[in-house]
Amino acid sequence: MRMSGAEILIECLKREGVKHIFGYPGGVVLNIFDLLYENEDLQVILTRHEQGAVHAADGYARSTGKPGVALVTSGPGATNTVTGVATAYMDSVPLIVLTGQVSTELIGNDAFQEADIVGITRPCTKHNYLVKDVKDLARTLREAFYIATTGRPGPVLIDLPKDVTGDKTTFKWPEHISLRSYNPTYEGNKWMIKQAARTIQKAKRAVIIAGGGVVLSNASKELRELAEYAQVPVTMTLMGLGDFPGSHELSLGMLGMHGTYYANKAIQESDLIVAVGIRFDDRVTGRVKDFAPHAKIVHIDIDPTSIRKNVRVDIPIVGDAKRILKSLLNVLKEEEGKAQWEPVRNAWLKQIGQWKKEHPLSYVYSDSVIKPQYVVEKLYELTKGNAIISTEVGQNQMWAAQFFKYDKPRTLLTSGGLGTMGYGFPAAMGAQLAHPGKTVIDIAGDGSIQMNIQELATCVLYKLPVKVAILNNQYLGMVRQWQELFYKERYSYSHLDTVPDFVKVAEGYGAVGLRAVKPSEVEPVIKAALKVKDKPVFMDFVVDWKEKVFPMVPAGAAIDEMILGEESEEKKTKKLRAVK
Amino acid sequence: MRHTISVLVENKFGVLSRVAGLFSGRGYNIESLSVDETIDPNISLMTIVTTGDDQIIEQITKQLNKLIDVIKVVDLTEVDHVEREMILVKIAPRQQDKAEALRLAEIFRGRVVDSSPKTYTFEITGDEKKIAAFVELIKPFGIKEFVRTGKIAIAREGVRKT
Repeated sequence: MRMSGAEILIECLKREGVKHIFGYPGGVVLNIFDLLYENEDLQVILTRHEQGAVHAADGYARSTGKPGVALVTSGPGATNTVTGVATAYMDSVPLIVLTGQVSTELIGNDAFQEADIVGITRPCTKHNYLVKDVKDLARTLREAFYIATTGRPGPVLIDLPKDVTGDKTTFKWPEHISLRSYNPTYEGNKWMIKQAARTIQKAKRAVIIAGGGVVLSNASKELRELAEYAQVPVTMTLMGLGDFPGSHELSLGMLGMHGTYYANKAIQESDLIVAVGIRFDDRVTGRVKDFAPHAKIVHIDIDPTSIRKNVRVDIPIVGDAKRILKSLLNVLKEEEGKAQWEPVRNAWLKQIGQWKKEHPLSYVYSDSVIKPQYVVEKLYELTKGNAIISTEVGQNQMWAAQFFKYDKPRTLLTSGGLGTMGYGFPAAMGAQLAHPGKTVIDIAGDGSIQMNIQELATCVLYKLPVKVAILNNQYLGMVRQWQELFYKERYSYSHLDTVPDFVKVAEGYGAVGLRAVKPSEVEPVIKAALKVKDKPVFMDFVVDWKEKVFPMVPAGAAIDEMILGEESEEKKTKKLRAVK
Repeated sequence: MRHTISVLVENKFGVLSRVAGLFSGRGYNIESLSVDETIDPNISLMTIVTTGDDQIIEQITKQLNKLIDVIKVVDLTEVDHVEREMILVKIAPRQQDKAEALRLAEIFRGRVVDSSPKTYTFEITGDEKKIAAFVELIKPFGIKEFVRTGKIAIAREGVRKT
């Protein structure tokens, strides 16, 4: 059957199981949008900005595990996707980003709304394509979905010139896809797995670090079984929160720059680290030279480039986390010796219990002014943890990571790698669309929320009841915190001076706006927000602007050189270091 | 340390910029690069000379492998291999130096590929040392133009270096 490029595109998307496209029309994609008019199989979510479309597709993907799809026009439409694409790339999120392009005969002529988006996004996509011939379109789309969702996932961008969407050809769906130059490794090396099992048995002070790779490979169950069987405590990176139940007694919470005292302490004292699906980001390791000085490191990751990129590794295992954790547990169970290692583990767990008692995550509660941590705690309490949380970037993100306990994977959506302000709200919107009826909350700051605030209109239009908890301190809080601690309290351009009336903004868009100024108002506001089921809600929490995120490892310090919060000021032994 | 890396890639548009972009984006050096089609017109071969410590070279080969269009990466430095490079050099010697210039080219098994009343253009092929030695000796004759192909390399059959 002869079909136009646009028809082939729609047919391929359907066959790939796509139901929703986040998009924004424009001149060169009109052939495609014309077919989406009153299309019953594919719903277009018309965002108010292309960046919002890509973040929404990203939130959809992170919360479901399925690839998210965005469709935008050429030129500015395409360049507006770049931040979203880079965000997804850094956090390994499967996305298909379809950009329009000027007709093939105009490419290179500086035509109206022309941008070399393939060139622009080359370093921030897993792969990208410019389709020059309609005959290549079906195969390209098939390859794109295959590449985006296999191995270490990531965004794939396809640039579609206008004439290619109009040209006709015989449609042939490639049933099987294989690429000679792309064959991810899934099975871990058996010998290495055996070595890792032996090392775990011998270890006296082992710690597991679980990262985003565990989420991506759906390996939470295997991780939990291994940790419980071997009695090894688990700490998580920001991307890994939810891998292992935050309320579990073996959980150490998050590690790194704003990790818990006991997680960082455990890492530094450990004699074995089993790192699963992490890439040892600098926010996790602190000063690399002094990271886990006594530990052997077992590193499990599907991406060979993650291994030995930042830290030395003793036992590298390349492959799929789920399969490797499963074999690792089987090998451990076959080998004798559980009786011998149990008492050793008990001593280690007791030590960790001691650290937990000495320096738990804490803040000083106030009756007169709302503490931002209190808001996050209340959100956890009132949702009973049964919610999908997204965050913006900065203090809001860290408090969301510290004071909300994630028991399941895919319940925290946050821009960990790129650190994109303006990510959380559209991501929450995408997650809400994928999970109707579920409570979805964006924990935001007054700075971040203004970076994609226009998506309120989208949420209103599609009746998406996303809740936004704005921790409003009138500052770019994390920047202010660094200036206070390391720049002699010179608050250079971190005070926002004018912050809009968020209640009125919400109401102006047709959403619900609520405000809490006193601590006693926090709970009623959250309760009222949770009752709203058909439109978005802004909760404006006017919080203590002086509040800082603790513990904190200054940039360039080792991760046990932590600055602790106010109540433990007297225990502070290390001096602040200058920031590099 | 200097490494010569052979990279088999799909012969598609944009592949060169993916590879070059990888090097510039991650701050790796390219000392020399040569690319052309192989016997199979769907595949191209790149020969890249780069420098870095063991950890950087390991990352370079892994990162190259990670590119979707890269089929195979071989670090030739780990195996016994032969390297060659070709230069074309145009000189404008004085009348009395002409014979000496020609003799020099002959010693290096060079060929005269062009001659005019005022200039000679030599073609010299060899490994890095030979090329460097020739350039050093021909310089005093007055180099007008100089081009080099970049290195190409091939593994010798048999024994791997340990």
